[in-house]
Amino acid sequence: MMTRDKIMTLGALAVFALLLWWADGALGNYAMRILNLSAIYIVLALSLNLINGFTGLFSLGCAGFMAVGAYVSAILTMSPDVKDMNFFLEPLAPWLQNLTLPFGVALIIAGICAAITGLIIGLPVLRLRDDYLGIATLGFAEIIRVVITNLQGLTNGAQGLKSIPKYSTTWVVWGVAALTIYFVSRLVRSSYGRQLKAVRDDEIAAEAMGVNVFRVKVVSFTISSFIAGVGGALLGHMITTIDPKMFSFMLTFNILLIVVLGGNGSITGSVIGAIGVTVLMEAMRFLDEPLNFFFLKTDGMPGLRMVVFSALLMIVVIFRQRGLMGDRELSWERLAKAGLLPRRKKGGLA
Amino acid sequence: MKLVTKGATMRFGGLTAVSDLNVEIDKGEIVGLIGPNGAGKTTAFNMITGVYEPTEGRIVYQDQDITGKPAHRITEAGIARTFQNIRLFSTMTVLENVMVGSTVQERPNWITSVLGTPGYHKRAKETREFAMDLLAETELASLADEQATSLPYGKQRRLEIARALASRPSLLLLDEPAAGMNPQESIELMEFIHRIRERFDLSILLIEHHMQVVMGVCSRMYVLDYGVTIARGTPDVIRRDPKVIEAYLGVD
Repeated sequence: MMTRDKIMTLGALAVFALLLWWADGALGNYAMRILNLSAIYIVLALSLNLINGFTGLFSLGCAGFMAVGAYVSAILTMSPDVKDMNFFLEPLAPWLQNLTLPFGVALIIAGICAAITGLIIGLPVLRLRDDYLGIATLGFAEIIRVVITNLQGLTNGAQGLKSIPKYSTTWVVWGVAALTIYFVSRLVRSSYGRQLKAVRDDEIAAEAMGVNVFRVKVVSFTISSFIAGVGGALLGHMITTIDPKMFSFMLTFNILLIVVLGGNGSITGSVIGAIGVTVLMEAMRFLDEPLNFFFLKTDGMPGLRMVVFSALLMIVVIFRQRGLMGDRELSWERLAKAGLLPRRKKGGLA
Repeated sequence: MKLVTKGATMRFGGLTAVSDLNVEIDKGEIVGLIGPNGAGKTTAFNMITGVYEPTEGRIVYQDQDITGKPAHRITEAGIARTFQNIRLFSTMTVLENVMVGSTVQERPNWITSVLGTPGYHKRAKETREFAMDLLAETELASLADEQATSLPYGKQRRLEIARALASRPSLLLLDEPAAGMNPQESIELMEFIHRIRERFDLSILLIEHHMQVVMGVCSRMYVLDYGVTIARGTPDVIRRDPKVIEAYLGVD
């Protein structure tokens, strides 16, 4: 039986898909690129939110897992010619040279490789807590970056990879984003998700209630790494050029910003945060150019955009300490309570 | 013999928090563990429930050696506990808190959870129904959807007991269940403890400061002072033991 909320959700999805279809044709490349970048940031923010917001583990390793995903997917999808062009200093390992896989398969392998990396790092690191965990994961993310820089015959080192096939179309990125939203919300609302939250709220009590805390942490960290790897791969296939410098701490920081701004532990918060931050970052680009208000004239101050953005961030954090959504979700029920939808009749449409 | 600790000793550096603890609890018994502040009662609980691994000695439950096993394994073996300083899951509702307690029965797995397989739904339904039963038993059913930490103190304590019962334990460890209760509430608590023992076929080990509660509810008790067991026996014996009187009241 369909409930009213389910019908509304399906309806909203259909409207959004129509909107995307329209935008894909009507909006220019630049606007579509920003829109699609938001979708990738939704994927990445959910990956970080799963581990930070729902499992309560302060992890800063996101960029490392993205790098693994981006490189794996790029190398697996490039044609032999493009590989020849890229690897001019040292040839690519022969077994990879002639291997070209379909994008979907490569994307999944990218996620699996990132997940395995996450598992290997997680097993020792997840014995730490709080800030110590943050620093250790940050360190491992940097190690991944340095390893990639030095594996010339596998990753082309500091030169990076160019001419990666442009597979991240609107439908692909938004499809993956929708799948990720669905997956993460199913997970955190399930009995397993209750274990994640129990670990977040009180590890000692969780363990005493029979939750295998360490195992839950490892599973959550591995799933999060998988999603980050997929997100990284999508980013690579969108920009079409990747190099190790791209996956520095700043990238993790951007995603952390989205998660904190949207609300740690809120899926809809991450979605709103991802779209909001990506769009605002672009929309405020005019601030870097010469300004000409009637009372204020400047001749181009690069960086002013970031100043204003930081100020906005501070305002949000001062007035909404736990992010825009806190740990709540935007739901039809909440909208109805706020008076934006007709209230549900008792025993009515349900 | 259900629970037996054989010379369990816990040292933190040079400090011996509990030394040579020999506790025995039979099926269906309610046993008290008392002693002045800092006597090592909670440390004893932490050894039994796997929070600490004893430095020496063994802990045996239903003929199974559980010494140094991780806490969740000990819960699986049938020992559940509450905490002295209440440790409820603060972002969850009353019902969800109790449902977490059923983890060892439900054994959720992330794949079936996401896929929502029939087996998953069946277990999730059982968990929810059992949790509601427990809430009814502890008279918290009407508060099922409230935030756990918004409850008044006494109800939070009862919720902790409900949550511990959700793992279907055969031995329940209660760490100061009457802390912060007035005499009337303490009497109700005694009745409550008796009732759940009958209803869930439990053995109970409880730490308590309220003499009235311990004497009224326990069939036997152990007295700790500075980590050493200074007395054991029925409430009548304990009440007259000079060492106990000395530890509690001091002697010139």
